[in-house]
Amino acid sequence: MKLHRLLLAPSLGTILIFMALPIAITTLYSVLTPAQYGGVIWEPSSEAYIRLLFERDIFDDTLTFNTDYLQILGRSVLQAGVATLLCLFIGLPTAWFIATRPAGQKSLWLMLVTVPYWVNLLVRTIALLLILRDEGPINRALHAIGLTDGPLPLAYNNFAIGLGLVSSFLPFMILPLYAAIERFDFSLLEAAYDLHANRRQAFFEVVLPILRPGLIAGGLLVFIPGIGSYLAPDILGGGKTLMLGNLIGMQFQGSRNWPFGAALSTILMAVTLIALFIIARRAAREDA
Amino acid sequence: MALFDTRSKDIRNLPGFGLTATLAVAFLYAPILFLVLYSFNSGRSISRLDGLSWQWYQAVFANEEIAGAALNSVLLAVIAASVATVMATAAALAMVRMKVRRRAAAYAVLNFPLMVPEIVTAIASLIFFSSVGLGLGFGSLVIAHTTFCIPFAYLPITARLTSMDPALESAAADLYARPWRRFTLITLPLLAPGLISGWLLAFIVSLDDFIISSMLSGPGSTTLPVHIYSMLRLGITPEVNAVSSLMVAASALVVIISGLIARKQT
Repeated sequence: MKLHRLLLAPSLGTILIFMALPIAITTLYSVLTPAQYGGVIWEPSSEAYIRLLFERDIFDDTLTFNTDYLQILGRSVLQAGVATLLCLFIGLPTAWFIATRPAGQKSLWLMLVTVPYWVNLLVRTIALLLILRDEGPINRALHAIGLTDGPLPLAYNNFAIGLGLVSSFLPFMILPLYAAIERFDFSLLEAAYDLHANRRQAFFEVVLPILRPGLIAGGLLVFIPGIGSYLAPDILGGGKTLMLGNLIGMQFQGSRNWPFGAALSTILMAVTLIALFIIARRAAREDA
Repeated sequence: MALFDTRSKDIRNLPGFGLTATLAVAFLYAPILFLVLYSFNSGRSISRLDGLSWQWYQAVFANEEIAGAALNSVLLAVIAASVATVMATAAALAMVRMKVRRRAAAYAVLNFPLMVPEIVTAIASLIFFSSVGLGLGFGSLVIAHTTFCIPFAYLPITARLTSMDPALESAAADLYARPWRRFTLITLPLLAPGLISGWLLAFIVSLDDFIISSMLSGPGSTTLPVHIYSMLRLGITPEVNAVSSLMVAASALVVIISGLIARKQT
């Protein structure tokens, strides 16, 4: 028993001290007063959370309701949600196709969808911008075959950000789904057909419920990094449309309002933990 | 609806699924291939291919800032992956021998870094290192990278460990091998493929990081992704393409190595 503790101590200690404790300190910082050039003054303040909803008038101190930050929050949830759905619509057929290939082809396809994950995310994002640009190959090809007069606005907008999120996190959807389909017992389908189910019923009433844990795992693996994503909105959005990750980052770079950035990141962390908790509980109930 | 044609019972081969898979793979690769192709352009343009040349790679290799950042990145990734692998191995060895109920809490902590959004880790580390007086720079980068690498190193190691036959260790014990010799002669060699996969995954994850490094790196400890990002202020240049292509090549090399190890394993 003592040996076990000794073996576990370095890794658990490192994570608790250098990740859990910093997050706790961040939460504490969110209720302190900002110092002028970054950092905090040790005076309690709820200003950071008030700022999320209201704008304080600099002359008479009155509060007016302001939805600017809520809109950024909403946009982040929406962008990540749409990206998750897109990954699902692309990922499910892809994972299904791979899992039903013969053994040799299967490993080749798996390799093909895993390799991009190993390529640096910044590099992948730059590469995507390169082909979406006004002078990029897509726009030039469309122009060359006479489909468009001017370049289509593919880059520097929500569409580009969404595409960036899908390409960043698609492997995260395909792999858990593949694992779930791989374990799927296809004789269950024969049983369904024996009971006169048609293909649609077999798919929605037999296959999908069994794949649900894989669908949920894949969904979380796309949605959670998607909502706090920094590079895709920054590079593909051209800095015009902010997402939560950029808003948080800004508070520690240019704007220098640490408590506000800490409050935003506390909210992001809370949303993440609540989502994980609900899903973990549901999974535990289904196991029981 | 053609997809659910009642006459066809075979659900394994659904129409359009193969096409979706092909398009998905094309969507993942096309931008990267395009970037690599244009890194060999002989002209300055990133939208018109004038001819092929090595000149942008020569420019990258001659650039001392890029070389310094690349060295920082590799050094950081090697240290973080190595320390994380040792810690993760110790944890995995303890976990397989523990009772299931006691394991749950430790398991939650080990996986915690995977659940925290990267931007939260980044600013929490920035706040932590500046408030405890450790400051920013290479030391802080090493600590932060080691921390988030632990679960990535842990997963392949524990997978390998649970698939190992515990009878081999008890056989060694029956032959009076002391615990340390049992570990070095039996467990460690059998665990080796898991250790290498875990180390490589941690190495790649460390090399991949941008946002945490950009918050924590001080002057002189810039990593390669942070440097590439700063190059983007001038737009995408052929130099950016060349140095990015080198990173793609490094990733491909790591994938090939880990693929070879996986093949050996089976």
